[in-house]
Amino acid sequence: MRLTLHVWRQSDARDPGRFETYEANDISESMSFLDMLDLVNERLTEDGKEPIAFDHDCREGICGSCGMMINGVPHGPKTMTTACQLHMRSFSDGDEIWIEPWRAQAFPVIRDLVVSRDPFDRIIESGGYVSVRTGSAPDAHTIPVEKQAADEAMDAAVCIGCGACVAACPNASAMLFTAAKVAHLALMPQGAPERYDRVLSMVETHDEEGFGNCTNHGACEVACPKGISVDYIAQLNRDLFRATLSSRPANEAKE
Amino acid sequence: MRRVATLYRSTVGKKILMALSGLLLFLFIIGHMLGNLKVFEGPDAFNAYAEGIRTFGYPFLPEYGFLWLARLVLLGAVGLHILAAVQLWQRSRGARARKYRKETNLSFSYASRTMRWGGVLIFLFVVYHILHMTTGQAHPDFVYGDVYANFIIGFQSPLVVGFYLVAQVALCLHLYHGIWSMTQSVGATHPKYDRMRRPVAGVFATGIFIGFIIPPMAVLLGLLS
Repeated sequence: MRLTLHVWRQSDARDPGRFETYEANDISESMSFLDMLDLVNERLTEDGKEPIAFDHDCREGICGSCGMMINGVPHGPKTMTTACQLHMRSFSDGDEIWIEPWRAQAFPVIRDLVVSRDPFDRIIESGGYVSVRTGSAPDAHTIPVEKQAADEAMDAAVCIGCGACVAACPNASAMLFTAAKVAHLALMPQGAPERYDRVLSMVETHDEEGFGNCTNHGACEVACPKGISVDYIAQLNRDLFRATLSSRPANEAKE
Repeated sequence: MRRVATLYRSTVGKKILMALSGLLLFLFIIGHMLGNLKVFEGPDAFNAYAEGIRTFGYPFLPEYGFLWLARLVLLGAVGLHILAAVQLWQRSRGARARKYRKETNLSFSYASRTMRWGGVLIFLFVVYHILHMTTGQAHPDFVYGDVYANFIIGFQSPLVVGFYLVAQVALCLHLYHGIWSMTQSVGATHPKYDRMRRPVAGVFATGIFIGFIIPPMAVLLGLLS
């Protein structure tokens, strides 16, 4: 098929950036979206032009590297699917496709469609861990975990940190990411002792990084390629509220 | 100290403030709507109800004591609600300075995207409503204390009723998202009832809308005089 691509091009963080239009001919519907970009890049290189920069790694939907706004939707039109797992059969001949990087002050553009997601790492560094060594994977059932808690923790732990939630949010808030990371540890016995300190630190870092606030639009849940529910945000809010009222000693070392 | 500071400073804390002030205003709105329906009991009952609010708790409280206490609490709630909204709005505006060229709306509902402008409209309506029905400057023939007559004369004009109707639509949408959002912001959720939250918000929002528009419509249609 034949497509018209409007792609955001920006050589570095200081470049104001602009859209450039490319005609993509002979695109097979079996290609993934990234395969299609690879083909366009090959042709650009042959013409002596700069190829379009975009993040990618595993190309099987689990690493969280890829991600771009495709016609205003993170990872494109197919739900529960990353851009690498999106196939060109989701488009039809003659389509115009707008491709943009994630837009958030906290995610500066490095080049073209590549943004820095370092703030996510800093949110994790501020509390998304368990301080004591818990050893290697324990034998099943040596530490009892309720079935429901295990399921909920797993549903949160599927977050791949791609940033689609921030990209989709009208407020550029990273609450779904933060909430998923808070929840998957809070629900486990290993993570429970630091539950309140964790939520305080991670929300503090989230705010310091310049993300917006959650106004419960729910766009993040719709955009999330892993289908993480906004119910985790409610849980984060509840944990933060409890943490501020709790008399348990807070970890003051951070101050 | 860090904990309390986090609650005040953080976006989540401001959302909780927003939810709790909103809850107070929501409860007031339910009471106000039920009070309005008393107009169907006739002039004496309606005026006695208004008088009852003024003298509530007397002689333990001074006359007007309860009324002014309620007004101060509500004013405080409105103030906090708006303050938190403005602070959060400014933050979010800064969080995405460059907009998308192509945008697709992925939100759950239309109501969530109209919270800010809907809120402004509701605020303007409340100012007008107080000038209309409480202090009387915006009323054609205001008689202090004769609440029933003020009510009937006030809603004779289709233009006025039209404006009330628009404001009630805004309030209905604001509540539909607000009630659901409130449970989300304070984390009042439970896997067993989570699916009920949106329908329940819808029932409350619609119920309040209907309850508020019935009396003015009855006046306009000549059922009350």
